[in-house]
Amino acid sequence: MSALLDVEDLAVRFRSDSGEVTALEGVSFSVAAGETLAIVGESSSGKSVSALAIMRLLPPAPACRVTGRIRFQGRDGPISLLDLPERAMVAVRGGEIAMIFQEPMTSLNPVHMIGRQIAEAVLAHEGGGKTAALRRAIELLDLVGIPDAARRAESYPHQLSGGMRQRAMIAMALASRPKLLIADEPTTALDVTVQAQILDLLRRLQAETGLAIIFITHNLGVVAEIADRTLVMYSGQVVEEAPTASLLAAPLMPYTRGLLNSVPRLEAALRPGQRLPAIAGNVPDPRHRPAACTFQPRCDWAQPDICGVTRPGMERVAEAHLVRCARWREIAV
Amino acid sequence: MARYLLSRIGQSLFLLLIVSIIGFALLHLTPGGPLSQFALTPGMTAADLHRIAHEMGLDQPLPIQYLVWLWHLLQGDWGRSYRDQEPVLAIIGEHLPATLELMASSTILAVIIGTWVGVLSAMRRYSVADYLATIGAMVALSIPTFWFGLVVIYIFSVSLEWLPSGGIATIGNGSVLDLARHLILPCVVLALVTVATWSRYMRSATLDVAAQDYVRTARAKGLRPGQILRQHILRNAMLPMITLAGLQLPTLLGGALVAETVFTWPGMGRLFLDSLGYRDYPVVMGLLMVSAILTLIGNLAADILYVVFDPRVRLA
Amino acid sequence: MSGVGTSQMEMAAGKPVRQGNRAVRRFLRHRLAIIGLLIILFLVLACAIGPSLLPYNQLHIDLRHRFQAPFMGPHILGSDQLGRDLLARLLMAGRISLTVGFVAMVLSTAVGVIIGLASGFYGGRIGGALMRLVDAVLCFPSIFLLLTLAALTTPSLLTITVIIALTAWMQVARIVDGQVRALRERDYMIAAEALGASDSRLMFRELLPNIVAPIVVSATLNVANAILMEAYVSYLGYGIQPPTPSWGNMLNNAQEYLTTAPWLALLPGAVITLAVSSFNFVGDGLRDALDPHMDLPG
Ligand SMILES: Nc1ncnc2c1ncn2[C@@H]1O[C@H](COP(=O)(O)OP(=O)(O)OP(=O)(O)O)[C@@H](O)[C@H]1O
Ligand SMILES: [Mg+2]
Repeated sequence: MSALLDVEDLAVRFRSDSGEVTALEGVSFSVAAGETLAIVGESSSGKSVSALAIMRLLPPAPACRVTGRIRFQGRDGPISLLDLPERAMVAVRGGEIAMIFQEPMTSLNPVHMIGRQIAEAVLAHEGGGKTAALRRAIELLDLVGIPDAARRAESYPHQLSGGMRQRAMIAMALASRPKLLIADEPTTALDVTVQAQILDLLRRLQAETGLAIIFITHNLGVVAEIADRTLVMYSGQVVEEAPTASLLAAPLMPYTRGLLNSVPRLEAALRPGQRLPAIAGNVPDPRHRPAACTFQPRCDWAQPDICGVTRPGMERVAEAHLVRCARWREIAV
Repeated sequence: MARYLLSRIGQSLFLLLIVSIIGFALLHLTPGGPLSQFALTPGMTAADLHRIAHEMGLDQPLPIQYLVWLWHLLQGDWGRSYRDQEPVLAIIGEHLPATLELMASSTILAVIIGTWVGVLSAMRRYSVADYLATIGAMVALSIPTFWFGLVVIYIFSVSLEWLPSGGIATIGNGSVLDLARHLILPCVVLALVTVATWSRYMRSATLDVAAQDYVRTARAKGLRPGQILRQHILRNAMLPMITLAGLQLPTLLGGALVAETVFTWPGMGRLFLDSLGYRDYPVVMGLLMVSAILTLIGNLAADILYVVFDPRVRLA
Repeated sequence: MSGVGTSQMEMAAGKPVRQGNRAVRRFLRHRLAIIGLLIILFLVLACAIGPSLLPYNQLHIDLRHRFQAPFMGPHILGSDQLGRDLLARLLMAGRISLTVGFVAMVLSTAVGVIIGLASGFYGGRIGGALMRLVDAVLCFPSIFLLLTLAALTTPSLLTITVIIALTAWMQVARIVDGQVRALRERDYMIAAEALGASDSRLMFRELLPNIVAPIVVSATLNVANAILMEAYVSYLGYGIQPPTPSWGNMLNNAQEYLTTAPWLALLPGAVITLAVSSFNFVGDGLRDALDPHMDLPG
């Protein structure tokens, strides 16, 4: 079966006053229908940029260049997202691929009622009249577990709690039954109990609708709970990709091991907003990335004569397990 | 919300008090003070003046005089014109509508053009059009309004003979068309400064809003660009503009004075200059107070409008 | 991103970092501001030495060449209803108008800085009262105030300048007040206070040097505003009195001659616009150069 989404050799470059920044390079991965793929990595490793590149929501051409290939199994057959004219892309956004964000407060327009904001998405993709769209918005609010949905539809964002807002965002994302939902740290800003409720909701929706999810997070506890497969990103590249269980049981990239070591107990959820405890050292400045392995300066396993010379490629170590490390064989034993 | 509005009304009243003190101080700076209107009357002796001064309470201490003056002011007794002994408030009332007509029409014109230019500038940031709009606005703010008036009169009245060079209507012709023809030039001249200011603020408000997360959400849910602009960007960018509109009122009134002078428009501005020429201080002071009060009312109205349009304040 | 973050942190921790060099470079990048600066220099030089190079005195009446159009006779830029040389008058008027602009700027900035410093430094009742005063004065359209004050005094160069300054100090006061309130809570201020520095030392030695940038910007814009205000009052007859020419009063009678001698109206206004927009462009460039949060195209 061919994948729902197939990203190949994706690269993103930003140009600014101070020069060019390569935010992403050589990123390849795929997502199957109904699957959940987690993307983890430290801050500014390129997780959000990957998501925005798929949605084509990055700034336009001179300021930002996106290259590579992104194929998507649309309702009317396969499409190549990066080649799609903007008019057609508008229909894909929210229609076939939906996205929700970290800050449900700032992600909702403060001056419009929740119901109206959801109805807008319904209207954009399903057509029909305003009243019908509003009715559907209330159904959606109900679906995502907002009590008293009809009344809540007439609330403004600031009148809802953080969890409710994120539910409203999810309702908006579901407006036209997308096949893929990209969730960029949807629970980071919420407290633990609410976080668990949102994860439950996503799992339930996935079971009911066969939605595929790309779940971006810092929280490895969340990864263990929700993801079928996990992608580890570091400094603009994918460094390890594996089924979640084997990644957590036998990580091969030293960076992944560092991430795991710094989580005391997997099932213990991190406090809301808490970042992954740091691995010694810093992510390299994207403008001056080492030409060789980008993790080498921080790596306990680094061997200057190997790791400091060439940048390793992605290697397949098991059926669905890929890693970018010259020394994975030694690490594996 | 009611609390907020009450406190704003309180603040405005307090400001009005300070404004009235400034007005009173200016009145007493006039040569001869409030008494001067009688000093000009023929046959007036020093003894008469003394008696009048006593009757008017001018021999009282200043704070008492101020309170009395304020009391009269509050009762609508703003004094009488030196020129024709008409009550000041009645004279101002006669001239107010023409000024309001001019200000309202030019504001509407300026807001439409300014919004359009500002949004276009923001959407095409750093384009040639954006630079031209920036330079144009800066130059527009540097042009003396009266000179701009002369230039348009020269072009449209003297050279092309399309439009009248002044007045509010042709005598004996009250048609709407005639009124409109008289309104065009002063309206455009007065709108110049407002367009420039409005377009600059609109540009930066649009840029601010366009960078907000909820605009990204709107794009992510597949709205078309026009829809995003109208429903999300403009709707929010208008909020700071409401406040700006209130703050611009004194500038607008000042501009109206100049435009009315150039175009012999029978409004408050002309009245002000005429009264200055006749040293008709009661009218001058009355106009000063009215302009300050209009400003205060405008700012208060802007605050109320803001509350209406921003649910965060309304429902807080 | 990280660059902005650290510099903000440095600024929060201690005295604001000096950004002199970068500011100069940014200003130079601002082409319009440079052009504005050059125009100002040119106008100042022309008004200073130009009149002595011209064959005509600005008051010289030449009845044989009345209403001479520009470039059509002995008067380069034409002549007025009395045959006076327009160029000579423009240059002499420029001396007056530019002087009024500069001096009024100095006065209004000084008043604004002192009131703003006092209000921001003492805060509380005093600060509140001073800022309410600013709000109240701002309720009056400045032209109304200006004309009233001008009508109450005998017009002279000095009174006009002072009156213009009196109606233009409020913005500076507001800006200084806001900056001082923000700076006052910084560590180094608290430290200086703990060391027993006097109020005036704190205000003028510690606070003032740190808010020079916004003051310079608004002072520059104030010159533009003062020139414009002088033009308005003089045009309306309450400013500089003839026969002394000023850019504003040269337009006094121009409206009458609009049909016969339009250059009498067009030229002085164009010069005012040129001068005022030059100052505005310089002010704008300075603001961009001195404001660390601005963005310039690449
Ligand atoms: N609009 C932009 N212009 C310039 N650089 C950008 C832009 N957006 C992102 N970047 C850069 O791209 C890199 C990747 O950023 P990204 O937002 O994808 O990180 P992230 O992994 O999502 O981090 P976080 O966990 O903090 O959300 C960073 O170095 C960032 O500075
Ligand atoms: Mg991110």
